[in-house]
Amino acid sequence: MNTAGIVMRLAWRNLWRNYRRTIIMLMAISIGAWAMIFMIAMLRGMVGDMIRDGINALPGVVQVHHPDYRDDPSVENLITMPSGEIESVFKEAQIQYFSPRVRVPAIVTSERASRGVTLVGVDPAKESLIQAVGSNIGEGRNLESVDDSGVVIGHRLANKLETSVGKRIVLMSQDRNNEVVDRGYRVIGLFTAKLPAQEEMFVFSGRTVVQKMLGIGDAVSEVAVSGPDYKLVEPLVQEVRQIFNGSEEVLSWQELDEYLSAMMGIIDGFVFVWIVVIFLALSFGLVNTLVMAIFERVREIGLMLALGMRPASILSQIIVESVFLLLIGLAIGNVLAYVTMLMLPAGIDISDLADGMELMGASDVLHPTINVKDIIIVNTFVLFLGVLASLSPAWKASRYEPVEAITKV
Amino acid sequence: MTAIRCINVCKTYHQGRDEIKALDHVDLAIDEGAFVCVSAPSGGGKTTLLNAIGGLDMPDSGEVWIGDTRIDQLNKGELAELRLRHIGFVFQAYNLIPVLTARENVEFVMEVRGVPSVERQKKSREILQEVGLEDLEGRRPAEMSGGQQQRVAVARAIVTDPSLVLADEPTANLDSKTSEGLMDLFAKLNKDHGTTFVISTHDRRVMAHARRLVKMLDGCIVEDIRQKGT
Repeated sequence: MNTAGIVMRLAWRNLWRNYRRTIIMLMAISIGAWAMIFMIAMLRGMVGDMIRDGINALPGVVQVHHPDYRDDPSVENLITMPSGEIESVFKEAQIQYFSPRVRVPAIVTSERASRGVTLVGVDPAKESLIQAVGSNIGEGRNLESVDDSGVVIGHRLANKLETSVGKRIVLMSQDRNNEVVDRGYRVIGLFTAKLPAQEEMFVFSGRTVVQKMLGIGDAVSEVAVSGPDYKLVEPLVQEVRQIFNGSEEVLSWQELDEYLSAMMGIIDGFVFVWIVVIFLALSFGLVNTLVMAIFERVREIGLMLALGMRPASILSQIIVESVFLLLIGLAIGNVLAYVTMLMLPAGIDISDLADGMELMGASDVLHPTINVKDIIIVNTFVLFLGVLASLSPAWKASRYEPVEAITKV
Repeated sequence: MTAIRCINVCKTYHQGRDEIKALDHVDLAIDEGAFVCVSAPSGGGKTTLLNAIGGLDMPDSGEVWIGDTRIDQLNKGELAELRLRHIGFVFQAYNLIPVLTARENVEFVMEVRGVPSVERQKKSREILQEVGLEDLEGRRPAEMSGGQQQRVAVARAIVTDPSLVLADEPTANLDSKTSEGLMDLFAKLNKDHGTTFVISTHDRRVMAHARRLVKMLDGCIVEDIRQKGT
């Protein structure tokens, strides 16, 4: 007995029988779906930005260090392979985006103030390829070569030091003999970063200049390696590990920054909780709508049962009606969410809250990011739970005794 | 051949502390092709009897047979199948599914039975023509009069050529002219299709159409009259 046709037709027409109620319910589902997708997109965007910014601050999705460097990031723990050799082996391995650099703790002093910073000796050509912190010059110019003896500092650091482009600052650190070394540098550019803390933390100069100051020859502290997608980091880690063959520590960004890595897991938890909370609110409306619809149709259901329709078909009819309602509501919600994204090409400016967000490592502009996987999860979840919620009223309807239902007043 | 047999059927309802005997040791046999009216005052047990015969309600004791099938021992699914395949129903009111058109209502039982669309449409159009509603096939119940709705219900009841049609006070909500028309239709269908009709009523004009009149009182059959000239 194939009752699919009549079940579908009855479900569809019954859906529009009380169209006001259906429209209100559709609005609830649509807004719920929109809120789920959009809020998840905001969360994903925020966390994605945090991770990308964090990786830029590291920088790179993979880093190579001396095995003891992370415990003691001084000039004593440098990579044994000189920078020239690193360049040739990476080129041989056809890894394009890498940057050997010197990175040491230092004190920066202007004529008015001093601060603790991280001095980074870089090859500007390579840094621009991995789009690291310091690439975005707001004032002055960027470093031009590994021999550039100027420094690029963040806007905020310049403000704190009360210095500006063209003025001189002094950087102090330790050499391999634990002797204090210092050198005067001219500020040639001010960079901007999404995270204000980065603007205060880093001072960039030409790599060779820093190597000379620290007396470390051709040695570097780290090699930052970047890839096309921060999520697909494992193959890159394996490739770089092969290059160094166990002599150095090769770590992915997840291992380097467990906070960032944990954010990835936390966001999935947030997404789940968010979906459940919104669905719970929705389910009350859905169940109420179905219960009311069934209550209004008791005699009709009795009639169909009396005429020989099986209880399973009655059950299917109510569930299909609920599925129609959910599918239409979800479709509208999805379109609304997509349109909302289109309307926010530049993201959402939360600069008023940015100081607070900075504590979490988030930037002051949120870029909602639609993730196909999240859309599928939201729709499947709502559809599945919606059907589950409608099972009880549908079951009740299918259990009516025809003779009692048909005489119900 | 016997179409319906009720043997010592009893059914009791409880209303608060009161016990109402709706069927009190009812014995009844109805032949195939019969046109029977069951009459009783309100609460006399006629609807309960029709529900028991139609497998809509289970008796407390006794046996109910439709042809060779003892239906009081069937489960819900088997009863639904029996109703679908062998019995046409016309109820007193609320006979049609409001969201379906007249033709779709007529086709409903056929569609549930899995009859192909082309055959369904052909049969439903023929039967609507037979009940004089061919012009109203696209109308929904709310757009039809009570009499027209009852005729659609009759068309639905007979479109699958059931062996038995059970009509529970089919004229209760109709004016006399419409009632007369409906009874003429029943009589014609009984004659032309050989369908067994069992009609419950307390309308004397309906009773006048029956070849057999079963009178009930307080759940008992008190009179069983074979009428001539109908």
